[in-house]
Amino acid sequence: MTDWPILSVVTFLPLLGTLFIFAIRGEDEIALRNTRFVALWTTVITFVLSLLVWVNFDPNTSDFQFVEQGDWLGGAINYHMGVDGISMLFVILTTFLMPGCILASWRVKSRVKEYMIAFLVLETLMVGVFCALDLVLFYLFFEGGLIPMFLIIGVWGGARRVYASFKFFLYTLLGSVLMLLAIMAMYLDAGTTDIPTLLTHAFPAGWQTWLFLAFFASFAVKMPMWPVHTWLPDAHVEAPTAGSVVLAAILLKMGGYGFLRFSLPMFPLATDFFTPMIFALSVVAIIYTSLVALMQEDMKKLIAYSSVAHMGFVTLGIFTLTVQGIQGGIFQMLSHGIVSAALFLCVGVVYDRMHTREIAAYGGLVNRMPIYAFTFMVFTLANVGLPGTSGFVGEFLALVGAFKANTWVALVATGGVVLSAAYALWLYRRVIFGELDKDSLKSITDMSGREIAVLAPLIALTILFGIYPAPILDVTAASVDNLIADYKSALAAAEAAINVASH
Amino acid sequence: MYSIIVFLPLLGALIAGFFGRWIGARGAGILTSAFLAVSAVLSIWALYSVGLNAHEPHMERIEVLRWVTSGALDVYWALRIDTLTVVMLVVVTFVSGLVHIYSIGYMSHDPHQQRFFSYLSLFTFAMLMLVTSDNFLQLFFGWEGVGLASYLLIGFWYKKPSACAAAIKAFIVNRVGDFGFALGIFAIFFVFGAIDFNTVFGTASEQVGQTFNFLGYEVDVLTTICLLLFMGAMGKSAQFFLHTWLPDAMEGPTPVSALIHAATMVTAGVFLVARCSPLFELSETALWVVTIVGATTAFFAATVGLVQNDIKRVIAYSTCSQLGYMFAALGLGAYGVAIFHLFTHAFFKALLFLGSGSVIHAMSDEQDMRKMGGLFPHLKITWAMMLIGTIALTGVGIPGLFGTAGFYSKDAIIEASYAAHSGAGSFAFWMTVLAALMTSFYSWRLMFMTFHGKSRASKEVMSHVHESPNVMLVPLYLLAAGALLAGIVFAPYFIGHDETHFWASSLFRSESNHIVHDMHEVPLWVKWSATVMMLVGFVLAWVMYIRNPALPKRLAEQHVLLYRFLLNKWYFDEIYDFLLVRPAKWLGRFLWKKGDGWLIDGFGPDGVAARVIDVTNRVVKLQTGYVFHYAFVMLIGVAALITYFMFSGIGGTH
Repeated sequence: MTDWPILSVVTFLPLLGTLFIFAIRGEDEIALRNTRFVALWTTVITFVLSLLVWVNFDPNTSDFQFVEQGDWLGGAINYHMGVDGISMLFVILTTFLMPGCILASWRVKSRVKEYMIAFLVLETLMVGVFCALDLVLFYLFFEGGLIPMFLIIGVWGGARRVYASFKFFLYTLLGSVLMLLAIMAMYLDAGTTDIPTLLTHAFPAGWQTWLFLAFFASFAVKMPMWPVHTWLPDAHVEAPTAGSVVLAAILLKMGGYGFLRFSLPMFPLATDFFTPMIFALSVVAIIYTSLVALMQEDMKKLIAYSSVAHMGFVTLGIFTLTVQGIQGGIFQMLSHGIVSAALFLCVGVVYDRMHTREIAAYGGLVNRMPIYAFTFMVFTLANVGLPGTSGFVGEFLALVGAFKANTWVALVATGGVVLSAAYALWLYRRVIFGELDKDSLKSITDMSGREIAVLAPLIALTILFGIYPAPILDVTAASVDNLIADYKSALAAAEAAINVASH
Repeated sequence: MYSIIVFLPLLGALIAGFFGRWIGARGAGILTSAFLAVSAVLSIWALYSVGLNAHEPHMERIEVLRWVTSGALDVYWALRIDTLTVVMLVVVTFVSGLVHIYSIGYMSHDPHQQRFFSYLSLFTFAMLMLVTSDNFLQLFFGWEGVGLASYLLIGFWYKKPSACAAAIKAFIVNRVGDFGFALGIFAIFFVFGAIDFNTVFGTASEQVGQTFNFLGYEVDVLTTICLLLFMGAMGKSAQFFLHTWLPDAMEGPTPVSALIHAATMVTAGVFLVARCSPLFELSETALWVVTIVGATTAFFAATVGLVQNDIKRVIAYSTCSQLGYMFAALGLGAYGVAIFHLFTHAFFKALLFLGSGSVIHAMSDEQDMRKMGGLFPHLKITWAMMLIGTIALTGVGIPGLFGTAGFYSKDAIIEASYAAHSGAGSFAFWMTVLAALMTSFYSWRLMFMTFHGKSRASKEVMSHVHESPNVMLVPLYLLAAGALLAGIVFAPYFIGHDETHFWASSLFRSESNHIVHDMHEVPLWVKWSATVMMLVGFVLAWVMYIRNPALPKRLAEQHVLLYRFLLNKWYFDEIYDFLLVRPAKWLGRFLWKKGDGWLIDGFGPDGVAARVIDVTNRVVKLQTGYVFHYAFVMLIGVAALITYFMFSGIGGTH
């Protein structure tokens, strides 16, 4: 353990970067270059520092680590930070992806300063979500993160950006209002908003149902779960490449993280009650969105729909309440963070050249872009869940858990694996294979050094975690075991209480 | 040593793939071939020491790396070495090595040779991981890995739309099988609490007669698991219902067809069932299904093979049919017999494919047998090699004396199915005997249409016809030697009096399973039946394609419906397209446009948005973006929250 507040440093360092950017004067080329490099260096240093968290993390305990506590807002609400096996890797995922996002935005032309500031602020808020150990603090980070995301879509987005952001707004508004009410209710019952304390607090059974639903409204939209997923394809399509990357890789994970941090441990009775509904929504999402993905004509939309399907495996795994299911869910989130980020970056590579995402506008790219074809192939296969890539481990574990919980659910969800192969390989074939006969593509160039630098680490991690997933699974094991043990004892206690009452 | 056998091809694949530009096309070919040659030599030595010359049962486990650990699930990358493994090692590395060498010649005009050799070695690695696997998950890794390599190689000529389509079809149809396989693995973990072979096979007998709830029904544990695993085997080994990808896979380069779609990958399903013999042996129902599916495929594929005109497709259907033989044997409990046929089949089928590759190479990439004929004077060596492949496949030999490879292995299956004395056994017997007749017919038809009679090719093509270079012919010689001798040399070990000692613990047979013994005691007419069928098939083919070449056409015209039914492969592709592909696409579009667009968006955000705009238009004209609108709401929320806490905080806890 280190004795300096490392989590706060990692969280707020990007904000320091924004100050430097504010300090840069002028709009000339040198100023823009400086802006980009400040943003890049800030994110790189943040990432390197965050690695200290991983290195010093003790995987043998389920307690919160690197805890920081300070009085804030009159004592009822504290500034409380800390990570455990469930949240720690999401912090690393966030800090790891940010330098890539900055690099992928190297050619952004308009309002570069504001763009970089938006991303740095976003990073602070996202890291904060995973570190916060106070409900109000969590809420601030959780909802606050949407503002820079909105700006990114709204200012640097595509043609229908207003529609997309309005849609997002309507969905999230409902969720966040309900969550806000739930937080107030929780405070009323428990007298604190401190998460570790709330984790040991037993909410009355009647309350749990409503609290669960209120949180569910917010997390289900974030996830996104069927049928509240329709904002995602539009948001992705309109967002700039780096925006899509952050959206798919990190923002979507907040829903799953929320389920693990709040819904399961705090409302175990309601979780038990609602599990069949979650299963139903998950398998519908897997099959439904896979079929829809099959017919998409826009590359980003296709990947967005495939994200929804993959998140279906996450919710499925988490709510099996088995070790394999939950570890699979977490692994799938981290893996999807890498793979979907990479897929959106891949789309960005050709979008930067051709300024279209229409699948029909491409074809035969392998003839001129062999490195790109290889890169895209790796991530397509990871998306398909081929063993040996990180995509497989999470799906497999989630389905192992699902089979224990309910064989029908496992059967239908496994069917999604066939469909994912269909849509992913068909996309690949239409974009990469075939003759290169479109005139517009005749002079297209292969990936540049910068693009390779962004994607190569992602390839390495995708394969590394497919072959040797232990670094992730070992870190999460203790916390997941503890989560399940607490859940089971809560259910048992409730059952005992009912038995006592009935006698 | 075993690690070298398995990982050397991977190293070759990586070097050829990533450093192909530096080592050049020739370099990539020679390097990967050399690596494979080393692997093959080591494998043959392994077969000798583990199988042929073992003094005691040999089972070794080599741990490589920890893989997935989660709760009770604990899986390692590990190599399991026993007789079954080393037999497969020899088949895979030997054929793969020869195919690598052959490809140096066959692919010499292709601009992407490095990529080709990289894929080929990658395939070999995945296949080796499959056969050396120590648990079901690694088996699944190899299983999907060979599927990937198959996909990449079928689509190797990516400019051809038909090749791309065939590649995707192969992958997806295989995934349908893998769907069952994966469920089988989940079920195994659910029941046994582990997925490594030692634990599962060691405790399998405790599960006999046990049931568990699957899809709402109480079903027998072992039968369910076996049938789910068998679904995977059906996909990979192109059995009835899931066979449609194999003929299309012929779009890939011919060496690929020889290696992947004849000798090795498609036999993975056979290997799986043999490996899982400790499970299958305990479930009569599962074995019954395996036999019925296998025998049906043997018959069905042979009927289709009768009328195909593409030289590679004839051999592809032949492969499909021979795989059916293997499954029929597996289902009867004759695991060693099935693996023996797998072993000999690898030699003569690879020989036939590479031989036909030599023909195609000579004919400037022509594959249609209707445009061949009369090639014998130009391609004498290829003709001789194809002849050896044909007599090995059709099983030429004299019962009790000697014969070619197929004579020992294929006829053993027919005898075993007679000796089973069961309903499934009788079915398998008649199906395989009839298939033997058709096998002989289509094989000789292929020989006659290609090499004999008058040439039907254009003068232009005929003027270029040339014998292949030595780099392509030498692999043929070695395979031909295998096709002639593998039967007589190895029969005593695989299915003869040494078989118990040879297989040791790698194949499991219950106390009541005496099929390999009974098989040698069948009546004489059974032993002769296959040989007679072989002769009848030969005579029929000779009459129809040499003696009276007009006859086939007349027959086709007389039985036009039957002919079309066979030519269109029992209309499987059309039925699947109608029943599965089109509905899936329609459903996808429907759910997208109607489900997402009309229902969810229409009544959800868009509907709400429309109302909101109506209302806000009346109240205030919104000019700015919604972002600020949102930020405003959010700020109010936060402000309300903080106010609330400030008050309750002061009045409450403090």
